Amino acid sequence: MAENSAEKPLTLAEKVWRDHVVARGEDKDGQRSPDLLYIDLHLVHEVTSPQAFEGLRLAGRPVRRPDLTIATEDHNTPTLEIDKPIADPISRKQVDTLRSNCQEFGIRLHSLGDANQGIVHVVGPQLGLTQPGMTVVCGDSHTSTHGAFGSLAMGIGTSEVEHVLATQTLPLKPFKTMAITVNGTLRPGVSSKDIILAVIAEIGTGGGQGYVLEYRGTAIEQLSMEARMTICNMSIEAGARAGMVAPDETTFEYVKGRPHAPQGEDWDAAVEYWRSLRTDEGAEFDAEVIIDADELDPFVTWGTNPGQGVSLNESVPDPTQFHDPVDRESAERALQYMDLEPGTPMKEIRVDTVFLGSCTNARLEDLRKAAEIIKGRQKDPDVRMIVVPGSAKVRLDAEAEGLDQVFKDFGAEWRFAGCSMCLGMNPDQLEPGERCASTSNRNFEGRQGKGGRTHLVSPVVAAATAIRGTLSAPSDVGAGPGGGETPLASRPAGAGLHA
Amino acid sequence: MEPIITHTGIGVPLKQSNVDTDQIIPAVFLKRITKTGFDDALFHAWRKKPEFVLNQEPYSRGTVLVAGPDFGTGSSREHAVWALKDYGFRVVISSRFADIFYGNSAKQGLLAAKVAQPDVELIWKELEKEPGTEITVDLQSCTVRCGSVDATFEIDNYTRWRLMEGLDDISLTLRQEETITTYEATRPGFKPTTLPAKV
Ligand code: SF4
Repeated sequence: MAENSAEKPLTLAEKVWRDHVVARGEDKDGQRSPDLLYIDLHLVHEVTSPQAFEGLRLAGRPVRRPDLTIATEDHNTPTLEIDKPIADPISRKQVDTLRSNCQEFGIRLHSLGDANQGIVHVVGPQLGLTQPGMTVVCGDSHTSTHGAFGSLAMGIGTSEVEHVLATQTLPLKPFKTMAITVNGTLRPGVSSKDIILAVIAEIGTGGGQGYVLEYRGTAIEQLSMEARMTICNMSIEAGARAGMVAPDETTFEYVKGRPHAPQGEDWDAAVEYWRSLRTDEGAEFDAEVIIDADELDPFVTWGTNPGQGVSLNESVPDPTQFHDPVDRESAERALQYMDLEPGTPMKEIRVDTVFLGSCTNARLEDLRKAAEIIKGRQKDPDVRMIVVPGSAKVRLDAEAEGLDQVFKDFGAEWRFAGCSMCLGMNPDQLEPGERCASTSNRNFEGRQGKGGRTHLVSPVVAAATAIRGTLSAPSDVGAGPGGGETPLASRPAGAGLHA
Repeated sequence: MEPIITHTGIGVPLKQSNVDTDQIIPAVFLKRITKTGFDDALFHAWRKKPEFVLNQEPYSRGTVLVAGPDFGTGSSREHAVWALKDYGFRVVISSRFADIFYGNSAKQGLLAAKVAQPDVELIWKELEKEPGTEITVDLQSCTVRCGSVDATFEIDNYTRWRLMEGLDDISLTLRQEETITTYEATRPGFKPTTLPAKV
């Protein structure tokens, strides 16, 4: 990342970085040691924190800023019968350990049963704790979600969790910057999930390594905050350390009035600062990728990493057509695991389960879009559909709108909040050989349960798939527009009408 | 943390790209609350297959893992590094590492050595020609030696220094505590706090 000089135009990421440097790294033999960065918000959950607290205790160190730290239970929590003790003894122990650690170190915790319990990346924004221009960390790779606000938000490991708890800082090496410019306007039925799946298919799972990505361009500006979060969430699947979107009126509107949003004069000062964060005219990125949103179809993965995806209108690729031997080998292995034949149209692939959930796509807007597609339609009787809201509040809000009833009438299971089948740490898992259309972010072997096969999709594709039983676009079930992230009224005339 | 300056041990060829952290250690093992005892969890699914490299002598006693590109992608779980270390690995060689895995390794004293893919392939050949061949990795000269193959690896100076000194992060940072306090005094008043809770 660039040096801090007053005249040089800077990118959004560089500005946020600049404003958090506690101590600059030193030059040694032509290489620089890391900068020490201040951390504005530290999110904690039960899986990656026990050993960090253990470390603090062993060294006799306190948490430096409990008031910049917040914890929630998500990865292990059950999504059924949450009033009963957690059945799995190991899961229960992790959750209990988090509870006693938070008590001991004075950290605010949202426990199972509390309205603000839920997936850590859903809870931060919901409470208004995630705001533009912040540094946000969590012992979870999908912390990149919070970059949608124009924050520098990064996943960290457990020893870094301990470091942040003890010092509220993190030594970090400068990143390179990559602009992902998404021009045009999404067509109906195409979502922000499809943008990010297309980006990853384009640059590969290692393409973002060493970079902070900044998503920009007209298609991004038109997205809601929730849709932007979906994109930033999956930056990590392109190997990037973080993904960001410049804060704008949509961002301010979303933050305003939330429990921890600034108020009165503070609000004005904050907005003035937030406006100053946009990438300067003439600032240089180390790399740029351009995507045309007008051309995008709903996207779906066929393999076992998120870069192995195609348009839903295409077929399972033939590994022999891959030029790179590493890609070819990886495609062969993936198809074997996924039990797929090259040349099979994606839309003919039958699924057993549809999972609507995860920090990628389980916010209110995602549930609304899926509900819009299924409303008044019948679920394929052989498909099981599980709907897991991202947080207890999302669940309550959805129920207040009657979405739970739409899902139940359709035949889907309406669950309590948590990570659930995104990674199968709780009882929500695929059986060996089961195939799932999932709105989550990772299609790795065994991620959703041992031997389970995952196809990553958007919420509207998940909904259409539950109706037909095979991977499907909303248009295949006669669902009109509604997949697009923007209301038709706000689109330029004629947009979305051309093929 | 134990310093590493040079290490010699049996090389293990893992001829796969994109070895993600779910393969290195599946999520079920993340339920543990300790920092050690993860050796049985390493490559758990693959270990069930008899033909998997770690199920074969003498590879099972390996300490230098030689993997394909994009090692350690996926989840940020540091358990992946603990499991590798608990099993006995001190060094992982790959042409490309996922950023988070790379950072986690440095902090735990596991050397992640970036070796160009053509050299990795030569090393694989050596290891397969003569299973049990030892690899010597030297942080002083940033070189890897395996049979007749002499290669160099890339590592930034800071990580290298830390590995060679065996330095722990927190104590390094706490040397700058006054600077942190000075910075805190300049933070704008509109920045949010989690306490007192407003819900
Ligand atoms: S929903 Fe999935 S990706 Fe998100 S935090 Fe939970 S386990 Fe991680």
